[in-house]
Amino acid sequence: MTALTREETEALIQEVLEVYPEKAKKDREKHLAVNDQSIEQSKKCITSNRKSLPGVMTIRGCAYAGSKGVVWGPIKDMIHISHGPVGCGQYSRAGRRNYYVGTTGVNTFGTMNFTSDFQEKDIVFGGDKKLAKLIGEIEQLFPLNKGISVQSECQIGLIGDDIEAVSKKAAKEIDKPVVPVRCEGFRGVSQSLGHHIANDAIRDWVLPRRDGKAFEGTPYDVAVIGDYNIGGDAWSSRILLEEMGLRVVAQWSGDGTIAEMEKTPYVKVNLIHCYRSMNYIARHMEEKYSIPWMEYNFFGPTKVAESLRAIAALFDDKIKEGAERVIAKYQPLMQAVIDKYKPRLQGKRVMLYVGGLRPRHVIGAYEDLGMEVVGTGYEFGHNDDYDRTIKDMGNATLLYDDVTGFEFEEFVKKVKPDLVGSGIKEKFIFQKMGVPFRQMHSWDYSGPYHGYDGFAIFARDMDMTLNNPCWSKITAPWLNKDGSLAEKKAA
Amino acid sequence: MANIMIQGSKGAYVFYLPKRDLEDAIVSMEFDTPEKWGGEIKLNNGGTYYIEPQTAPARLPISLRAKRLDAAE
Ligand code: SF4
Repeated sequence: MTALTREETEALIQEVLEVYPEKAKKDREKHLAVNDQSIEQSKKCITSNRKSLPGVMTIRGCAYAGSKGVVWGPIKDMIHISHGPVGCGQYSRAGRRNYYVGTTGVNTFGTMNFTSDFQEKDIVFGGDKKLAKLIGEIEQLFPLNKGISVQSECQIGLIGDDIEAVSKKAAKEIDKPVVPVRCEGFRGVSQSLGHHIANDAIRDWVLPRRDGKAFEGTPYDVAVIGDYNIGGDAWSSRILLEEMGLRVVAQWSGDGTIAEMEKTPYVKVNLIHCYRSMNYIARHMEEKYSIPWMEYNFFGPTKVAESLRAIAALFDDKIKEGAERVIAKYQPLMQAVIDKYKPRLQGKRVMLYVGGLRPRHVIGAYEDLGMEVVGTGYEFGHNDDYDRTIKDMGNATLLYDDVTGFEFEEFVKKVKPDLVGSGIKEKFIFQKMGVPFRQMHSWDYSGPYHGYDGFAIFARDMDMTLNNPCWSKITAPWLNKDGSLAEKKAA
Repeated sequence: MANIMIQGSKGAYVFYLPKRDLEDAIVSMEFDTPEKWGGEIKLNNGGTYYIEPQTAPARLPISLRAKRLDAAE
């Protein structure tokens, strides 16, 4: 199927909206758009960061997920208490595959779940005492922890516990940072506010800890911020920066430590990969410590080279030469990857629906393989994300914000992409429909995808999925062999 | 009153409202001299805000309190 024209895409959106009641239709209409590269401001064509519509299937998470799951969770040498009932932490435990080095349970705690396991009596009488006791127990059982963060679940805000007071007191007692984070799930419209709250907690409780202390810096110190080391992403990024001569002082939060975070105010530049979740802290450091920040993109050789040059441009000739050297070194390797996979993937069309940065960042990697992204959208993007996306996407492609389960399915049925990249909740619907699917949050248990090494894996994975012979053999369970809707069987 | 941040440099100020994650270019600022700086600011999106006139900050970005006179949207 060839690409849709602008009119066809518009008609498609209208068709999909048809099923909604009048009010819902009016609301959802604002979140769906046809890309127009000539638009400067995304808000002219798409509304984002609004409350999801009651009754639809949204794919968003909560503020707690944004703070505990994304920003704080990967800090490996701290213990993050999921404060409240046991479920929020347990069901999200280790799902994000933030790799780290260390001995789990001894000096690192990334994949473990710590919770205050609220019971009825804690809701009735308050959980502050329990929290204080819990911190004491943690300190006794895991003495090598470097600090504790208290990640509030919904209930804490509802019953009005004073976790700040408990944290301050406990911090004195154990002589380690104890960070209260007010990331109750009900705050905000999506996990996005959780990122912001988590950033603010880092600003207030972590960064000032080293203010005024000595630090032996070099002119080439940088921090990598907003890389969560999913499947090893941060490692394959970091080696490139080091190879070109920079010193990576801190890496957040994938494979990160609290000591690295504390040292960040001393770097020369903050390099931001996930803009959405970490721009707040970057802006703060720019104001307070005069550290400039820049966004970069390490997906696919074209963007990696672009980003390496842009980063090098902030430094002297030595780094600039270093960047060219790194690019030249990997160029033939990347060419070999492209030569191998491009013929198998050329012209294939992809639809994405992911989180913070990927809906726009991975476009370049697909283009390097000769593929085209025909639809993209963010779960919890804001206007500034869409501003950045409009330029990266082709004209007349689909943009969908906080897409509903129904809309996404219909879009895929009509646009018929050769590959869909989204999350675990979408995976099985599309696989059962016989549409090749990659889980683009945790790289479908693969990765890394960042950097040059990551691209080789990315290309292989896309080929492996797309050209797998199984897809044509699948009949969706709700269809008959001839494609008609199957009769519902009595239960 | 809302906490805002002004970034960028003279002639190319950028307005940032963390609470709503609104980032936009400032198209005009009532006073823009070293002695008197601030006043009514107009954003690219049509919104207007007011910051108490003050001496120009030594460096940007800077966090300030601003009053919303007329928000866009
Ligand atoms: S919304 Fe509240 S209860 Fe649900 S996972 Fe988030 S913090 Fe837990």
